[in-house]
Amino acid sequence: MAANASQAKTARGPDAAFILKKAVISALVALVLFSLMIGIRTEAGSDGQLTWWTRFGDLAAMVAVVFGGSIAMELLRRWWGPVDTVRVVPPSAQKVFSFAGRALVPALLIFTFLVPVIFYDERYILDLGILVLTYVMLGWGLNVVVGLAGLLDLGYVAFYAVGAYSYALLATNFGLSFWICLPLAGILAAFFGVLLGFPVLRLRGDYLAIVTLAFGEIIRLVIINWQTLTGGPNGISGIPRPTMFGIPLTPGDDGLATLLRIEFSPTHRIVFLFYLILALALLTNWVTIRLRRLPIGRAWEALREDEVACRALGINTTTTKLTAFATGAMFGGFAGAFFATRQGFISPESFTFHESALVLAIVVLGGMGSQLGVALAALAMIGGFELFRGLEQFRMLVFGGAMVLLMIWRPRGLIGHRAPTVFLERNTAISSDLVKEGHG
Amino acid sequence: MNINDILSVENLTMRFGGIVAVNDLSFTAERGKITALIGPNGAGKTTVFNCITGFYKPTSGTIKLRHSDGEWRLERLNDFRISKIARVARTFQNIRLFPGMTALENLMVAQHNTLMRASGFTFLGLFGVPSYRAAEKAAIDLARYWLDQIGLLERADDAAGNLPYGDQRRLEIARAMCTEPALLCLDEPAAGLNARESAALNELLLKIRAEHGTSILLIEHDMSVVMEISDHINVLDYGVKIADGTPRQIRDNPKVIAAYLGADEEEAIAVMEGET
Ligand SMILES: Nc1ncnc2c1ncn2[C@@H]1O[C@H](COP(=O)(O)OP(=O)(O)OP(=O)(O)O)[C@@H](O)[C@H]1O
Ligand SMILES: [Mg+2]
Repeated sequence: MAANASQAKTARGPDAAFILKKAVISALVALVLFSLMIGIRTEAGSDGQLTWWTRFGDLAAMVAVVFGGSIAMELLRRWWGPVDTVRVVPPSAQKVFSFAGRALVPALLIFTFLVPVIFYDERYILDLGILVLTYVMLGWGLNVVVGLAGLLDLGYVAFYAVGAYSYALLATNFGLSFWICLPLAGILAAFFGVLLGFPVLRLRGDYLAIVTLAFGEIIRLVIINWQTLTGGPNGISGIPRPTMFGIPLTPGDDGLATLLRIEFSPTHRIVFLFYLILALALLTNWVTIRLRRLPIGRAWEALREDEVACRALGINTTTTKLTAFATGAMFGGFAGAFFATRQGFISPESFTFHESALVLAIVVLGGMGSQLGVALAALAMIGGFELFRGLEQFRMLVFGGAMVLLMIWRPRGLIGHRAPTVFLERNTAISSDLVKEGHG
Repeated sequence: MNINDILSVENLTMRFGGIVAVNDLSFTAERGKITALIGPNGAGKTTVFNCITGFYKPTSGTIKLRHSDGEWRLERLNDFRISKIARVARTFQNIRLFPGMTALENLMVAQHNTLMRASGFTFLGLFGVPSYRAAEKAAIDLARYWLDQIGLLERADDAAGNLPYGDQRRLEIARAMCTEPALLCLDEPAAGLNARESAALNELLLKIRAEHGTSILLIEHDMSVVMEISDHINVLDYGVKIADGTPRQIRDNPKVIAAYLGADEEEAIAVMEGET
């Protein structure tokens, strides 16, 4: 069987002719398209008459760029394509790639751990790191619902808000510490996840998306209007900062700096927050990876693949869906509690639909279901967005363009293939063509 | 309901708007036997299956199931409960595997309820307690056994969606068997199989009956399968039972041949050929 497959692969082989043909066609289209747009320049002269001149040099350059670009794009697509595409990369380079692929996760992890050490003096980078990690965590949380269970949730920000407000209210009203509030925030968010789950159990696809979107808005509107509890549009301020297991990170006598007999610096708190969100994100990741290999995780994925077959196998799809919603919501709640303690101030403005859309974009871009993909996508989306800050008003344009290009190359996200949860002999990735996206 | 029967369908009627897909149908399936349900296209066979497995709620009639675990009225149970508690498993006319999961994973999903209990409803499993690990290993062994039975052990780690059609059909049967059913309902398991594959299917089904004591309810158009392995055959036409009996009795029944002739000539010829 394996021999057959590899034969089929070499038979299709690297076909230079095909790539060339495609490039020529693209160049021709560009020639026709741009001959008038770029080739001929017209302008109203000083007396209102039409003046025109040719710019064949520019035209030729443009067509050449399209020709070259088409070849480059096709090659790129094949090198970096989904699991089963023909690869024109020589085996030696392939080995390097696969090694790089395997080394990527540990390298990323080590680098992340070292970020506060390397960039200790650069507050901006540390803040950005915290922001990226928050979205990594949110992405991983939503990934349970969207990527694994295949339920399209457009209202994920609701759970983020529930977590944030739970912590803020519990901490300011009852003086509970962060470490007690964190699990409570998660539990409350999970409860809201189940609450959302019930009405949408029978909904699919577009309908599910719309109801979840509405749920996100309802939570936000309740927060705005329930002034006595939430402070309405003014939000809640003076939310306690986290302590290092009871030791505050303040310049005072009982502060960490005094205890360790080092000079106080506000960076200590930033570094602490960085490691806190890193730990929370890694916890999310660890739990998700474990869950995937447990019966509940397999049931989520089976649900995404075929709900009817699940029921024929005796799987209670109702509880399976509800646990997916609850689990995803719980991680959202944790992230929300972290957000509240980091900011010290929260208001409904932080929990708009924009946030849901951003987190969903991270999950889709990362490749639904892939943990590494989601992390890379969060880095690219949040980090990239900051990177383009210098481009001012073109930022959105460049960013949008990059997204479109990426989706053309990798329609199933950065890491589209699926890793099996259990195997007998070979642990081979499953091509994204076979993996369903669910009915959401 | 006879003491030897596992399933008894009584006066089952299923209406879709104006269409009467199944009309006052009664039949029984004997424990440890292979009972076939045949009939021309659109006769209502799949509808009967959907009623038995809870995907449709019958308009009227009762469906009784009885085996060592107890006795149930299937028309009152939810679809997933019928599989989980009453231990009725089924396959689908148009294969419904989990295409993006490996063959092995498909069989693991089928053991969901057993594994769920072993994993302490996830909480114990999350921390990898030894009892769960043992249960998972047992589940893998059961999956391995069934993969071996259907000759797909080699392809255990391949995506189900990548398997050839015939293999997918057998994998679906193996997946149903992994739920350890008392009654196995197969909807056209030989559809799209070549003669060699059909023969292998016969062997597999006979083995399931002999070695596992599973009762089988079979819908099939392929007469080489039906006539060869069935213990009892019920013939359906326009939702009504027109005949039932042993393969020999059915083969010689002019009513059956007429029904097939009226509906589809090729199938009538297939019936005639089954005679030789
Ligand atoms: N969900 C449904 N809604 C409306 N009509 C239905 C539905 N399911 C089945 N029918 C109708 O019931 C009749 C019986 O269909 P059924 O699928 O049970 O036939 P069948 O015997 O399985 O045929 P085949 O051999 O082609 O599989 C058909 O007329 C069909 O159109
Ligand atoms: Mg049918």
